[in-house]
Amino acid sequence: MVKLDFKIGNLHFKNPVLAASGTFGYGSEFDDFIDVSRLGGIIVKGTTLEPREGNPYPRMAETPSGMLNAVGLQNKGIDYFVDNIYPHLQEYNTNVIVNINGSCIDDYVALAERINSLRRIPAIELNISCPNVKMGGMTFGINPASTREVTKAVRSVCKKKLIVKLSPNVTNIIDFARIVEEEGADSVSLINTLVGMSVDIKNMRPSLSTVTGGLSGPAIKPVALRMVWQVAKAVKIPVIGVGGITTADSAIEFFLAGASAIQVGTASFIDPQASLKILEGIENYLDSKGFSDIKDIIGYINRDL
Amino acid sequence: MAKRIESLKIINNQRLNKDLFILELSGKEKLPEMKPGQFAEIKVEDSPETFLRRPFSIHDVNYGENTFKLLIQIAGKGTEALSLLKTGNILNIIYPLGNSFNLPDEKKKVLLVGGGCGVAPLLFLGKQLKANGFNPDILLGFRNSERVIEYDEYLKIGRVFLTTEDGSRGEKGFVTDHTALSSTEYDKVYCCGPELMMRAVGAYCRGKDIECEVSLENLMGCGIGVCLCCVVETVRGNLCTCTEGPVFNINDLKW
Repeated sequence: MVKLDFKIGNLHFKNPVLAASGTFGYGSEFDDFIDVSRLGGIIVKGTTLEPREGNPYPRMAETPSGMLNAVGLQNKGIDYFVDNIYPHLQEYNTNVIVNINGSCIDDYVALAERINSLRRIPAIELNISCPNVKMGGMTFGINPASTREVTKAVRSVCKKKLIVKLSPNVTNIIDFARIVEEEGADSVSLINTLVGMSVDIKNMRPSLSTVTGGLSGPAIKPVALRMVWQVAKAVKIPVIGVGGITTADSAIEFFLAGASAIQVGTASFIDPQASLKILEGIENYLDSKGFSDIKDIIGYINRDL
Repeated sequence: MAKRIESLKIINNQRLNKDLFILELSGKEKLPEMKPGQFAEIKVEDSPETFLRRPFSIHDVNYGENTFKLLIQIAGKGTEALSLLKTGNILNIIYPLGNSFNLPDEKKKVLLVGGGCGVAPLLFLGKQLKANGFNPDILLGFRNSERVIEYDEYLKIGRVFLTTEDGSRGEKGFVTDHTALSSTEYDKVYCCGPELMMRAVGAYCRGKDIECEVSLENLMGCGIGVCLCCVVETVRGNLCTCTEGPVFNINDLKW
C-alpha cells in the first residue's frame, strides 16, 4: 500500500489528486463516470457574490494541444450555491473547496465570510488569476501590491484553509508566491491559464468574443511545471501544481519538481475519468519505483541539482 | 439515463458524398436508451491537431441489432480523420448526451425541416414520430441535387419535400420558400441545420404561431456541462447547449 495522503496545515487529503475549478462543475456532472469521492478533493466552479452570465459566445477555441476559453466566471452566485448546490456537495466524502472571485476586495472578503459558515467546506481557493473578467480576477494577481492587499484582507476573515491560485501572466511568479505566503496563505495553486488568442481566418475575426482568453491543456504544461519548480523551492507552504496534466506521467513530473498535490483540469473535458486514471497511475508508478510514500518523491529532481 | 464512456466498434463507414459519411457503431454491452436530438462526443485518434472530442447527433438507432449511426460532415481535420476509419476500428465515445426533441402530446400535424448535414437527428426523430402514430412531413434543403442524401429513408416516414439552392432537384430556393409551407397547416415544426436556416424557420413559425424546436450546434468543449463554453443566450440566461440543449424551443431563445 502506497501512502498518498498530504496535508495543508492540519487539513488532511486522502490523496494528492484534485479536480481543478472550472473543469469539474460541482462534481455531480461526473457521477455517471467516476466515484468522485475517491479524489483527494474537488475545487468547484468559480463563485462570485452576484450571479454572472459570463462573456458572449463564442467563448472557446481549440488550439494545438489545448484550448482557449473566455467563459468569464459564469455562475449563479454565492446565495444560489449555498442554497442549492452545497447541500448536495455534502454527499461527497472528499474535500470540497470553493474557488472564489471578486471585482473588488470587499467581494472576496464577503465571500470568505459566507464560506466560513459552511461546515463541510474546509478551504477556499482565492482566484486572483482569472484572465477573462474585466474587473478583478487577474488584475489582482498580476500586481504585487494588490496581491498582497487582497490576500491580507481575506486572510483576516477566512477561518478556512486559504489556497491562493496564482497567475502565470507575470514577470516573476516567485515574488507573488512569497507575498501570499507572507500574508498567511496556507498553500498556493499554480498555474491559472496563460493569456492567449486565436484568429478565425475563414471569417477573418477573432475566434473568441473577447479576442483574448485563457490557454489550458497540455500546451501549457512545460510552463506550469517550470513555475511549480521555481515556486516550490521558494516557499514553505505546499504547492499544488496545475496546468496541462492529462496523464499520470505528467502528474508525476509535477511531484518530482516539487508539487505536494496536483489538479486535473482540461483533461476532464476529454476524458471524464482522467482524474481517477491519473490517481491510479501515480500509485502504480510509486509501487514500481519502490516508494512507499509519495512524499519521498516530492522535489526529488532537486537532489542532483 | 446514465451517460456512458465506452469503446465501440465501427461496423460500417459509409460515404454518402464528398463531405458526408455515416459511421455505424456497435458495442459489446446492450446500448443505452437514446432519444432523438441526443448526441455523442467522439474522441478523435490519429489527428494530432484535434484536442477536444467532437459532438455528433444520433442519426439512427437499431436496438434489435444493437447498433446506431452518426451522420458526420467533414468540416476540419478531426472529422477528416474520422472519415478515414475502417470497419473494425474502435472509437471512444461518451453518450447519450443532451436533451431531446419533445414529441407532441396530441395528434398534431408535424413537419421536420432539415438542411445539409443538419438533417442528422431528423431521421431518428422521424422514425420515432412514425412509431408513435404521427404522420410527419419532411422538408429537406440542400445546396444541389448531388448533396441530397437518404431521400429514400425519409420516404419511409412520410411525405418528403425537397429544395435545392440551384433548383437541380425539388423546388429552387431555401426551405422557407417551399410551397409545402403554404399548402399545409402545421402545428409543430422540428428543425435542424445551419443557424441561418434555423433562424429563418424559427421566424416563420413565430409569425404563424407554430410551435418550433430547433437543435443547435454550438462549439462544445466537454459535452457534459462543465466547461460552459457552448452557451446560448436564452430568456433564462446563458445556458449550456450540451446539457440544457441541444434542443430548444425557439421561444426560449433570444432570436
